Amino acid sequence: MLSTLFDGLSLGAIYALIALGYTMVYGIAKMLNFAHGDIIMVGAYTILTTLTMNGHPIIGVVAAVLVCTVAGIVIEKVAYKPLRGASPLAVLITAIGVSYFLQSVAQLIFGSKSQAVQLASFGTVKIANAEINIGTLITLVVGAVIMIALTLFVKYTRTGRAMQAVSEDRGAAQLMGVNVNKIIMITFAIGSALAAAAGVFYLLQIPAVSPTLGSMPGIKAFAAAVIGGIGSIPGAMLGGVVLGVVEKFALSVPALAPYATAIEFALLILILLVRPIGILGKKRREKV
Amino acid sequence: MAMLEVKDLQVYYGVIQAISGISFEVNKGEIVTLIGANGAGKTTTMQSIMGLIPIKSGSVFYEGQNITKTPCHKIVTLGMTQCPEGRRIFQELSVYDNLLMGAFAIKDKKGLKEDIEKIYTRFPRLEERKNQIAGTLSGGEQQMLAMGRALMSHPKLLMMDEPSMGLSPLLVDQVFDIIKDINNDGTTVLLVEQNAGKSLAISDRAYVLETGKIVLSGTGKELMESEDVKKAYLGG
Repeated sequence: MLSTLFDGLSLGAIYALIALGYTMVYGIAKMLNFAHGDIIMVGAYTILTTLTMNGHPIIGVVAAVLVCTVAGIVIEKVAYKPLRGASPLAVLITAIGVSYFLQSVAQLIFGSKSQAVQLASFGTVKIANAEINIGTLITLVVGAVIMIALTLFVKYTRTGRAMQAVSEDRGAAQLMGVNVNKIIMITFAIGSALAAAAGVFYLLQIPAVSPTLGSMPGIKAFAAAVIGGIGSIPGAMLGGVVLGVVEKFALSVPALAPYATAIEFALLILILLVRPIGILGKKRREKV
Repeated sequence: MAMLEVKDLQVYYGVIQAISGISFEVNKGEIVTLIGANGAGKTTTMQSIMGLIPIKSGSVFYEGQNITKTPCHKIVTLGMTQCPEGRRIFQELSVYDNLLMGAFAIKDKKGLKEDIEKIYTRFPRLEERKNQIAGTLSGGEQQMLAMGRALMSHPKLLMMDEPSMGLSPLLVDQVFDIIKDINNDGTTVLLVEQNAGKSLAISDRAYVLETGKIVLSGTGKELMESEDVKKAYLGG
C-alpha cells in the first residue's frame, strides 16, 4: 500500500515534469507542442550514447539536459516561430510532423529496436514496513525540488513575471517592453530541460530506450496537463501526481491492472465532463 | 521638430483598409487628442504606431528616428508607451507585480523603489491594495493601475486609449485631472477619446478621425467651437 503510494507519487512526478512543458508552452505560445514527449526520447538516447562511450552516468544526465534544451530552442526557431500568427491547426499539424521527424531520425541513427540503458541501480530502504526503491525516492525528492524551484522562478523573477504577463495578455506584455519571441524561446528551453529530467527518471523505472519511448508518457502527461487545467503550472503538477498515483494503484490490483491506461483516460474524460477547464484551470474573465 | 510624426499612415486588416493615409504630429510637452466615433480607426492608429499592428505604408518618426518597423518592445525602451484600451492590466498578478511589469524596460533597478513610491503618492488606492490580485480591483482602480503601470517605464510620450471608458462621471473627471497632472510633470500625451468635450478641454491640439481619415484639426479650443464637431461629438 505505502510502497504503491510512493511508486505512484514518483511516476506522478515524472508526468508532472513533462506536463509542465505542455502547459507552459500552451500558456505562453498558445500552442500544443505534440513533439514535447519525443524530447524525452532525445534525452534518453543522449544518455545511451554517453554510456556507450564509457561516460559517467552523471555526464549522461547533464548531456541529456543540455541536448534537450538546445533541441527545444532549435525546434521552436525552425518549426514554430515561422508560423507565429498562422492558424492553430497549421501549428498543431507542424508539431505532429516534428514528432514524427524526431522519431524517424532516432530510428535512422539508432535503429528501431529497444535498447537497454543501465543508468544506475539502487537498493531499497524500509519505511514503515514497506520496501521503497531508492530510485523512486530520488525521483520524488528531486522532482519536488525542481517543481518548487520552477514555481519560485515564475513568481519572483523578472523573466518569470514576464512569462506570466505574456501568458495572460501578449499585447499588453509587449507594451511593457517584453520581447515575446525571447520569452517563448526561454519557455521552450525550460520545458525541454524538464522533459530531459523526466526522461532520466523514466529510465530509472524502465531502463530501455526506443524511438517511440516518448509517445506514451507524452500523451499521459498531456492528459495530466488537461486534468490539472492546461495553462496552469500548479495544475500540471497536480494532474501529473493524480495520474501517476491512479496508474500505480490500478496496476497494483490484479483485476484492474490490464485496464490501467484505460482507467487513466477515463479519469480524464470524467474530469472534463465535470469541469471542462480542468481542476485548477482558470476561466478568462473579460472586464470592460 | 515634432516629437512624434506620423506621415501618410496606411493600415489594413486583411484586404480591408482601416487607416487611409493619415498624417499628424505631436510636439514635446503637448496634449494631443484624436477624437472620432467607434470604428474610426483611433485604436488602430495607436497600435500601429506602437508596432503591434503592421503598417502597410507611410512612416512613423519618434524623436527624429524612423520607428515604422521597430518592434513594440524596442519602442518602449525609447521612451514611448501606450496605456491600452480596456486597461488590460495583468489580472492574475498583484497590483505590486503589475507595477513591476511596468518597469520591465528599465534596466537600472536603483530608482525602482522611489518610482513605485511616486505612483503610490499619485494613486493612494494602489498602495492600499498593493498585495491584492489586480483582477479583483474595481474598474476605476484598474484604470489607475493601468496608468501607474504605464508611468513606471518613464515614458517621454504616453499614449492613452480611452482612459475614461466605462467609468462613473466622478472618476472620469479624476482621470482627466490626472492626465493634466502627468502632462504638467513633463510627459507628452497623445490621447484617444470618445468623450470629446472633456478631452478637447485639456488638449493643446486635436484631430478628428472619420473612417480612417483625418477630417479636421486644430487647437482644442477651435474644435470645441467648430459647428461640425459640436454636432457630431458634443451632442449639440
